[in-house]
Amino acid sequence: MQIQPILAALRKHRLATILIALEIALACAVLCNATSMIAGRIAAMRMVSGVDESALGNIAVTGFDPAQANDLNARMLTGLRAIPGVQDANVVSSVPFGPQWGVAGISLDQAGKRSGGVIEFYEGGPGTPQALGLRLVAGHMPGADDYQPLQGYMPPNPRVLITRTLAEHLWPGENPLGKEFWGMNITFRVIGVVEHLMVSQYTETGVRGADWSVFVPAAPGGMLSGNYVVRADPQNIDRVMTEAKAAVRTIAPDVVLDHDTSRTVGELRHAFFKTDRAMAGILLGVIAALLLVTALGIVGLASFWVAQRRKQIGIRRALGATRADILRYFQIENFLIVTFGIVLGIVLAVGINLSLMKLFEVPRLPYWYLPIGALVLWLLGQLAVLAPALRAAAVPPVVATRSV
Amino acid sequence: MFAYYLDLAIRSLKRNPVLTFLMVLAIAVGIGASMTTLTVMHILSGDPLPGRSANIYYPQVDATPADWHNKNPLDMLDYRSAVDLWSAHRADRQALIVDSSVKVRAPEANLPPLMLTMLSTTSDFFPMFNVPFEYGSGWTPADDENRARVAIISGNLNDRLFGGKNSVGKTLRLKDSNVRIVGVLKPWRPSPQFYTVVAGNYANGDTAGFYGKPEDVFVPFQTGLEVNDGAFQQFTCWGMPSTPGHLQNSPCVWVSLWVELEGAAKVASYRDFIASYAQQQKALGRFTKTDTRMLDLMGWLDYNHVLPSDVKLQTWLAFAFLAICLFNTVGLLLAKFLRRAGEIGVRRALGASRRTVLAQCLTEAGLIGFIGGVAGWLLTLVGLWLVRSQKMPYSDLVHLDVAMFVATFALAVAVSLLAGALPALRASRVAPALQLKTL
Repeated sequence: MQIQPILAALRKHRLATILIALEIALACAVLCNATSMIAGRIAAMRMVSGVDESALGNIAVTGFDPAQANDLNARMLTGLRAIPGVQDANVVSSVPFGPQWGVAGISLDQAGKRSGGVIEFYEGGPGTPQALGLRLVAGHMPGADDYQPLQGYMPPNPRVLITRTLAEHLWPGENPLGKEFWGMNITFRVIGVVEHLMVSQYTETGVRGADWSVFVPAAPGGMLSGNYVVRADPQNIDRVMTEAKAAVRTIAPDVVLDHDTSRTVGELRHAFFKTDRAMAGILLGVIAALLLVTALGIVGLASFWVAQRRKQIGIRRALGATRADILRYFQIENFLIVTFGIVLGIVLAVGINLSLMKLFEVPRLPYWYLPIGALVLWLLGQLAVLAPALRAAAVPPVVATRSV
Repeated sequence: MFAYYLDLAIRSLKRNPVLTFLMVLAIAVGIGASMTTLTVMHILSGDPLPGRSANIYYPQVDATPADWHNKNPLDMLDYRSAVDLWSAHRADRQALIVDSSVKVRAPEANLPPLMLTMLSTTSDFFPMFNVPFEYGSGWTPADDENRARVAIISGNLNDRLFGGKNSVGKTLRLKDSNVRIVGVLKPWRPSPQFYTVVAGNYANGDTAGFYGKPEDVFVPFQTGLEVNDGAFQQFTCWGMPSTPGHLQNSPCVWVSLWVELEGAAKVASYRDFIASYAQQQKALGRFTKTDTRMLDLMGWLDYNHVLPSDVKLQTWLAFAFLAICLFNTVGLLLAKFLRRAGEIGVRRALGASRRTVLAQCLTEAGLIGFIGGVAGWLLTLVGLWLVRSQKMPYSDLVHLDVAMFVATFALAVAVSLLAGALPALRASRVAPALQLKTL
């Protein structure tokens, strides 16, 4: 098949060709960038929290007198542990996807000269790491004597668990066990490393790593009160949470249950990623609508060209061209236009990505998205042109002999 | 003549219903998507205090120690600076502001206690921000001074606790103190809730929270600090507060100050005032820096990037989509008009000028735009309904106002005329002789 005559024909329909190519270029650019953004949102939604989400629920109460904190904690723990199906209940500062409790800058020396970044502090009473289901990869879990009473926000000499990611960030390539870091005028000593423990309110574009967390063992009381984690079999957790929320009214009639954060960790996660899910949905909708409109545009224009060239097609058929030749003519023509559009589109996609990176801090477009986007559009073009091309191939040679 | 063209356009559209449908659909979907996002953007980027915002300012001084290398003063003030600046009363009006979470009970209403956000502020807050009252009125400057146990509640809370009746004079229990209600607000929903906007620069574009509802309880500043002592949250600290939740003497910033200044002269003199305050504090050794800043209300919202970046991104996306729809429509119209080259040739041969052919084609394009606009308007309503069902903090604000309704049709017709211009121009240049020969 010679490309020369096709190009000559396209040159005659310059305007329409350019329009459809521009449409494809824009579609290609939006398609690549939108897909990359969807991938980013999905990656965020899949983040590993490091706790047994399906088995955990959070109960948060407020509006109690700090002087009564110890009494409240004791009553809450007794009450929650008495609910049938509850495997464990503990006082904890927060849970992943729960309210942010303690975030502070740390340093790797006592003088505060070598910054270690801003990290999240989780605090919990005895048994909390086990109840959360933290997976230890080095060192050991806090012992009974590590759970000391708070002085203000922290116990005086905390011996803490840190995540593997944070350990690697603070002391690359070194054994983190026994290492110390400083923050809020307190010396923290690492006794164990856990696989994951996600920060409570992760933001994708922040300077904070998703896993930059520390677990500080502490005796409940003072600032560490009013927030509880309940562990139950995943099958029972919904029922347990309903009963737990009802039980709060009898355990401590005077406190206020915080309904927004008193949910299973699974629900908290679902709520946390609500906007990401909505955005991914919108992007997906836009991609679908965009491909549809582009395909319809190709169908419309190809149909027009087929109708316009009926006589020429008839002449070609009369001169010996087969149906396959005619079919191939329109397919190749479409391929050329789409290719032209894709070349423009790739340039546009990279340009849009660069400006989006400046405006919205979206990540760089992975380059392998471009050939995939191109492939999708080539396929779309071929599918769209098939029906009009088949109609063209069906034009009988006898048309050549008619005047119109 | 227009009626005749309209008749011709309707005939032409009916002749090829599938193509017509495709074009209308493309325009409608493009318009629907763009107008939905544009409406959300229009609502979220509006002026929360129309007519007044240019006179409202947010003064800032910098109390951070020398080893803090912040480029601008922090987003909030430390207690002492805020109270010093406020007590000087150098502005036309000035209001201190701090939010805290408080336990609220109404002895008369038989309801479980509520945890609500309480705004501790000063008497100027209500006239300065045009806060509308349903019952009663604001408290007096004397109440600020005397730490009076008075409160103003939102209309929403009044509905919940007192069934919407006039509750002025009734008692509300805030934590462990009784306060007397002196005023009830009308529904008041500034968008964004501008006076508490801070930290937008650290939100990474996730700023939907700025569009939440105002507080339910308002009390005099010092009253709030006393009754809810221990429940105050710092914005940031350069040292640990000695008592968590009690920040009056802490090395923390946690209070905001808003001032109203009418006229450039007053603004300039207030700038001098805060600059001299910073100098004086540095001389006293309390400050290490003399940086000050005072943005006006809209400038402060801009600085905090209040418009959520997802909303901006969606708008870009919608317009890219509209552009694709536009190219699509141009291609289809071109095909449609040139297919009628013979018909146009006859009209031209019979004496129609190029301009009348152009007018006829544009009428057809405009008609498609109008139908697309109606369908696009319906799709916009569907789109806005979807936005409302998302339960974002600003969802209840989203509606199509008259301006955006008109804009929908204007955009639809503009898009289709733009799409029709090129094909119509091509059609009007059809050479009559050539077409007639082929007939």
